[in-house]
Amino acid sequence: MHAIEKILAKAAGKESVRAGEIVNCKIDFCEINDLYLQTVYSFYEMGGEKVWDNEKATFVFDHYSPALTIKTAQIHKEMRDFVKEQDLKYHFDINKGVCHQVMPEAGVVWPGMILVATDSHTTTHGAFGAFGTGLGATDMATVLITGELWFRVPEVVNIEINGSLPKGVYAKDVILMILGQLKADAAVYKAIEFSGSYVEGLGVADRMTICNMAVEMGAKTAYMIPNDKVLEYVGKRTDKEFIIHETDEDFEYDETYVFDVSDLSPQLAVPHSVDNVFPVEEVEKVKVNQAFIGSCTGGRLEDLEAAYEILKGRKVHEDVRLVIIPASDEVYQKAMERGYVQELMKAGATFAATGCGPCLGTHAGLLADGEVCISATNRNFPGRMGSTGGQIYLSSPAGVAASAYKGCITDPREVIEEGEDNE
Amino acid sequence: MNKNITARAFVFGKNIDTDQIYPGRYLELVKPEDIARHCLEGADPDFVKNMEKGDIVVAGTNFGCGSSREHAPITLISAGVSLVLAESFARIFFRNSINLALPLMVCPGISQKISSGDQLQVDIENGIVKNLTTGKTIQGEKISEYAMDILEAGGIKPLMKKRLGK
Repeated sequence: MHAIEKILAKAAGKESVRAGEIVNCKIDFCEINDLYLQTVYSFYEMGGEKVWDNEKATFVFDHYSPALTIKTAQIHKEMRDFVKEQDLKYHFDINKGVCHQVMPEAGVVWPGMILVATDSHTTTHGAFGAFGTGLGATDMATVLITGELWFRVPEVVNIEINGSLPKGVYAKDVILMILGQLKADAAVYKAIEFSGSYVEGLGVADRMTICNMAVEMGAKTAYMIPNDKVLEYVGKRTDKEFIIHETDEDFEYDETYVFDVSDLSPQLAVPHSVDNVFPVEEVEKVKVNQAFIGSCTGGRLEDLEAAYEILKGRKVHEDVRLVIIPASDEVYQKAMERGYVQELMKAGATFAATGCGPCLGTHAGLLADGEVCISATNRNFPGRMGSTGGQIYLSSPAGVAASAYKGCITDPREVIEEGEDNE
Repeated sequence: MNKNITARAFVFGKNIDTDQIYPGRYLELVKPEDIARHCLEGADPDFVKNMEKGDIVVAGTNFGCGSSREHAPITLISAGVSLVLAESFARIFFRNSINLALPLMVCPGISQKISSGDQLQVDIENGIVKNLTTGKTIQGEKISEYAMDILEAGGIKPLMKKRLGK
């Protein structure tokens, strides 16, 4: 069996499971974000009275945080009432950040667990060796009532990534390149394991970025074998005991793809799909109106650091607005302690409150018709960040910062080299 | 649930994502009639104007990819779409639709065999799609027993109520 199958088997109380089988699993933790008040309504409509375990369910206010309209304020109000009424142990209000960042920070994510959330990017938690997957509101309401959910045991696709990245190229470039090669429907309803020498040495933030975008290939969940960096991160935040399941040697993957990233260039997903990916050298240097660094894909400390390295002592181009939203309050505070925030503000960046921001087109920097945005986020579908006439290019945070500086789509390596020549 | 549907087809491409089915800027809407007004707006702004209650949406691979928003099936149901036929469906969209009793059928190669405006006759029980306009028949995949139970109950809510004895 694969490690993922062993996670499902354990949660289903079975010796073994196989791909295609439907199993009913106990859920270790679930999260509802502020788009899904419907979950609360469905909970009561179905006859729910008490959440099955008040230590295993939480709400995170991130998509509409802080409330941007009276309607969204009402959503938050009704959710807070539910949290109080149900006496939930964990609650992340508007001052915390994006769900996929704040949950690991709070120590509710660990290897071998099953985590479900009302958000497609729940694949992120494969970075910790957890089985994370997204649900809709009504599915989630059944979890709140029963603590269980049915799953189809997925086939597993192995994506082996070897080599080490050149300067100016990042984990985001790796996952964009893979998306471009394998396409948006490469793993529909399947699980993806990321393996190989590149992954083995990877830090937590980079692992999260890669697993985050597994869903853009249709994956149900992502998985990486937890490494020392993950164990150190998790160990600091929870005293939970966990098992790291090992994949059996005779396990057969549905597919195996092998990539070497040693000569990789910075990558861009160009409008209007995540798999429409080109190396930066092949992309026209179009003018950008907005540059955005943030979200569950590109708003971590390492992402702000990459932007800081590029923009320190420089100014954002006069025709560009650079919006930066740290993924959590912890990230925000650390970025201030290290001076990143101050230096980026001096360069002309606008900081907004932690949360999802304009990534999904709700607030904090939307696009007008005809505007171009380069973004460290995960989707460039038509209308994703505002007007359907907007154009979204997805890039690494360094690529976003370099483009904000030059005023057009820019290879971050050019700006890094420019800096080195001046030193 | 109606297992035999005869209606007109509207054909869309592949990777029709949830932002095209229901743009994020309308997520705060809660009334089904308001949600219905923006159905598939990102893919075809005139879809709601041109469709009639009961019509069928046909698409290529990976229909419903992207976010986990339940508004995607809600908008299709509220606008009056009776059925979605696609070469494959994204997982969360698939679960959400079945849970809300919107029937979906996987039909390999279908986007090449049907044009917008074709009249279709669909036998959901047996997975058969007859294109009455061209006379051709397409064999789709039968809906799994597990999903069919939920659809026949009218969605997961009535099923759960029954389980809880409410």
